Amino acid sequence: MKPAGFTYHRPVTVDDAVAVLAEVGPAGKVLAGGQSLVPLLNMRLAAPEHLVDINRLSGLAYVRADGDGVTVGALARHADVERDETAYAVLPLLRETLRHVAHPTIRNRGTTVGSIAHADPAGELTAVLALLGGTVTLRRAGGQRTVAAADFFTGPMSTCADAGELVTSVTFPVPEGRTGAVWTEVARRHGDYAVCGTGVVVTLDDDLRVAGARAAYVSMGPEPVVVDLTEAVAGAMYDDAGWPAAGRLAAGLLEPDDDIHATAAYRRHLAEVLTARALREAAGRAAGGQR
Amino acid sequence: MTTRSFGEPIARLEDPRLLTGRGRFLDDIGHRALAAAFVRSPHAHARIADIDVTDAVDVEGLVAIFTHDDLDGRAGEPLPLLIPHEALTHGRTGYALAKDEVNHVGEPIVMVVATDRYVAEDVCARIRVDYEFLPPVVGIEAAREAELLVHDDVPGNVAAHMVQQNGDVEAALAAAPHVLELDLDIERSASTPLEGRGVHARWDPDDASLRVYTSTQASTSVRAALAARLELPLDRVEVVAPDVGGGFGVKIVHPWPEEVLVPWAAIRLGREVKWTEDRREHFVGATHERGQLQHVEVGFDDDGRLLGLDVTVWHDNGAYTPYGIIVPIITTTQLLGPYKPGAYRAEFFSLYTNTVTVTPYRGAGRPQGCFAMERTMDAIAAHLGLDRTVVRERNFIRPDEMPYDHGLIFQDGRPLVYDSGDYPATLDKLKKLIGWDEFEAFRAEARAAGRRVGIGIACYVEGTGVGPYEGGWVKVETDGTVVAATGLTTQGQGHRTVFAQVVASELGVPVDRVVVTTGDTRRFGYAVGTFASRAAVMSGNALASAARKVREKALRVAGEALEADPRDLEIVDGVVRVTGSPAGAPGASIPLATVAVLANPLRYAFDREAERATQFGGPVDFSKPPVAEGDSPGLEDTGFYSPPRSTFANGMHAAIVETDPDTAEISILRYCVVHDCGTLINPRIVEGQIHGGVAQGVGGALYERMVYDDAGQLLNASFMDFLMPYATEVPVIETDHLETPSPLNPLGIKGAGEAGVIPGSAVLASAISDAEGFAVTRMPISPSDLFSLRLARESR
Repeated sequence: MKPAGFTYHRPVTVDDAVAVLAEVGPAGKVLAGGQSLVPLLNMRLAAPEHLVDINRLSGLAYVRADGDGVTVGALARHADVERDETAYAVLPLLRETLRHVAHPTIRNRGTTVGSIAHADPAGELTAVLALLGGTVTLRRAGGQRTVAAADFFTGPMSTCADAGELVTSVTFPVPEGRTGAVWTEVARRHGDYAVCGTGVVVTLDDDLRVAGARAAYVSMGPEPVVVDLTEAVAGAMYDDAGWPAAGRLAAGLLEPDDDIHATAAYRRHLAEVLTARALREAAGRAAGGQR
Repeated sequence: MTTRSFGEPIARLEDPRLLTGRGRFLDDIGHRALAAAFVRSPHAHARIADIDVTDAVDVEGLVAIFTHDDLDGRAGEPLPLLIPHEALTHGRTGYALAKDEVNHVGEPIVMVVATDRYVAEDVCARIRVDYEFLPPVVGIEAAREAELLVHDDVPGNVAAHMVQQNGDVEAALAAAPHVLELDLDIERSASTPLEGRGVHARWDPDDASLRVYTSTQASTSVRAALAARLELPLDRVEVVAPDVGGGFGVKIVHPWPEEVLVPWAAIRLGREVKWTEDRREHFVGATHERGQLQHVEVGFDDDGRLLGLDVTVWHDNGAYTPYGIIVPIITTTQLLGPYKPGAYRAEFFSLYTNTVTVTPYRGAGRPQGCFAMERTMDAIAAHLGLDRTVVRERNFIRPDEMPYDHGLIFQDGRPLVYDSGDYPATLDKLKKLIGWDEFEAFRAEARAAGRRVGIGIACYVEGTGVGPYEGGWVKVETDGTVVAATGLTTQGQGHRTVFAQVVASELGVPVDRVVVTTGDTRRFGYAVGTFASRAAVMSGNALASAARKVREKALRVAGEALEADPRDLEIVDGVVRVTGSPAGAPGASIPLATVAVLANPLRYAFDREAERATQFGGPVDFSKPPVAEGDSPGLEDTGFYSPPRSTFANGMHAAIVETDPDTAEISILRYCVVHDCGTLINPRIVEGQIHGGVAQGVGGALYERMVYDDAGQLLNASFMDFLMPYATEVPVIETDHLETPSPLNPLGIKGAGEAGVIPGSAVLASAISDAEGFAVTRMPISPSDLFSLRLARESR
């Protein structure tokens, strides 16, 4: 369990970083917190010829939050996002979700942007970004672009980022209107990848009737799955909506696989149960003004 | 007496060193050593057609590539079968490097030695092995059906078939008013110590001697095995177990292929060589345990009393049998627990599969046996509508029936005779601790709130402290330090503390004056090893014996110096004094350190203390030689303990679980343990042993399984997918103790190392069954499994 040889680069500016990435092209891989990449290297499941370590790009170690949303720089650790009080005030879903991401020691090192750039379909933050319709900003030599989460994730462990591009930040927008959001999951052990996890956002109108319900899932398909469940509950009072129907609707839309930890049938069942639970809780939060 | 620490819950003496990073584990040794890495079979069953190293030989830093063809002399022979048994008619072992055929994924084929591990792994990746594939045998059913064979010359894949019987079971079952049959299934798990295996070897060509550091549970036997295999004189081989980061059974196996190859290569290359096992290697290259299928037929009367018990076990022993058939023997004998079974018959088949070899893992067959017996007890209770504790109590061996002879032969080849134990008292304590009689009220309350809860119980008896012997050596240094050594090894149990407590209490010195060494053949050469919950019983009693001899001599020498009768002397806080005299009374006391000086007559006064022991240091009786005939210089001695047979500890666990009606998640609300391991040396350490055992029991019950696919690939060979419980998954453990001394040894102690793990699957299956209203017969059980069981039940 020792990695194959690679050339190590440690740029100190973003410009240098994208220049190196442009130069090495597809043979390069970005190292941020290393919590996913280093095990892959050690098991020789990945063997990039060039490793571009961005841990000196201190300008990217930021969490910026305002009424519109939370923007996280590429060097912000999960723990930085988790502990940021402003981010919590505008988007409490982030802290709630991050508490399910592995363990404190891993969150102290692993980066939020890194886990999104890694695009693991079991990664909670990828699902939250997709759920909220967030955006990803990528820099390349001589330019940058911002893409929607839906366009960014192109498959399991794959994104639209080109060789030579560095994801510099992601933005989680605050949902518009009177909303409440919840993350919940069932994992085999605390901090494990979920057997099934779901994040939901419920929007209420001024009469506290359900105007919208969306859910995103992890470990339920090859990439983050977002489903709109509004049709099952639209117009119902927040505390009397047919949440089990929404759960059944969700379960019918998902196509999970068997793996060594759970059968597909169990996963689908969990999706039904967890969706209904999360939506009920989110609606309560929305009604109570808790987001 | 102020110095008597025996029985006190003192803090572990080894912890300050270990917790501040000053431990010295295998990988901390030999930074200049060459590194070894291995090409291991990626296939479960294949013939090796060709090994091509063409692309590998040019890698910079490569030192050597070895295959079986290179292994000269006895190094190339099959590895030893450590514990032969007449029932093991078809024992098979592998080679240090595979010869012609591989029988499980992970079997080593090529050894690479290079300047560092990175280079060694680069080389491994460039070596090409061509295989002729053979169909693999995976799983107990496939092994039992035997349409395919693991070893061509082992019919039916049966390594061993053994039957033990006491009484006429057929007649007993035929006459019993009630008969039940159960089919049970326990999956594989493994010891998985946090530190894997590792070996460092240094050959001194001038001295023609070999020193080997290895992360082992049996350094003396590794030494003997290496001397034999490498054809070296025993006295030219030293084996040291440094700090070892957990063993739990797996490190009792020896010599491992790597344990032979690293020293062999060090001699051959004339260089230090080291191998540190990585996690993936440990999953596929070490050993596993637990996998069994069981069939139970039980006959009982209207009160639930056993009349006859007939058990058949199909035991998965993996690809080879280097450690014999200890595990299924233990399952089929220790299954009986605290009960009188009536007529008993136990039969097992030990079967080969193309998977990692099976050897003892903490509990060593007992968790499976306990599962069979306790599931049976619950089934009887359910059948008769009786409380589960009532059925158990009615079948207990009573205290006045001790010693109790089961009429069977135990794993050590000696009669299975329980020495002591008070099972009704243990059960009584447990019922009070968990509130057994109040549980139905709690269940009703929980049910009203839409919650589903259940309670379970499981009892076990554990044979501990098996022979043949252990020894101990104790010496008082001239500065008053007491050094002690025993040959068996330590993997984190706290031996240095408990052995220091034993020696300090016997000698009459403060416990922190005692320094204990374990597992170092340079310090003590006669030993068996650490396994079977035997260290405290065996080495504890041996060290006590050695310390008593030293004390006797100290009193004799001090008596001469003080002109007092040794019978009037005592040792308190490291000072020999006339019994009852006040501290510091002139002419009435002498420090043990001074006694040590006086015990060794000297010619040379190399320091001030030594001056007192020279011929001009004090009054001398010229009528006697300086060292009397039959005496020896110094204040030191050795002692041995060899038990007539094993001593039997016991315990009972109860758990309350909650199962989520919607998500099928399983939570342990309470976990209670009552434990009796005889006289306690250190209650805190026993408690720690129980906690660790329960953690592994919870792992085996709810989380851990080795997932092999049909091709014999282990799909979860990492800590990401092999779910060892975290601290967050282990419940708060409530414990209570009984102390029923063993009559078999002077200290009255019984082993405690494995106890905590034994009833884990049994007690949690009992509790989950109680919560769900149907019998759980297969462990471990995951939420997904429970969901499937619920679905199957609903559709019936």
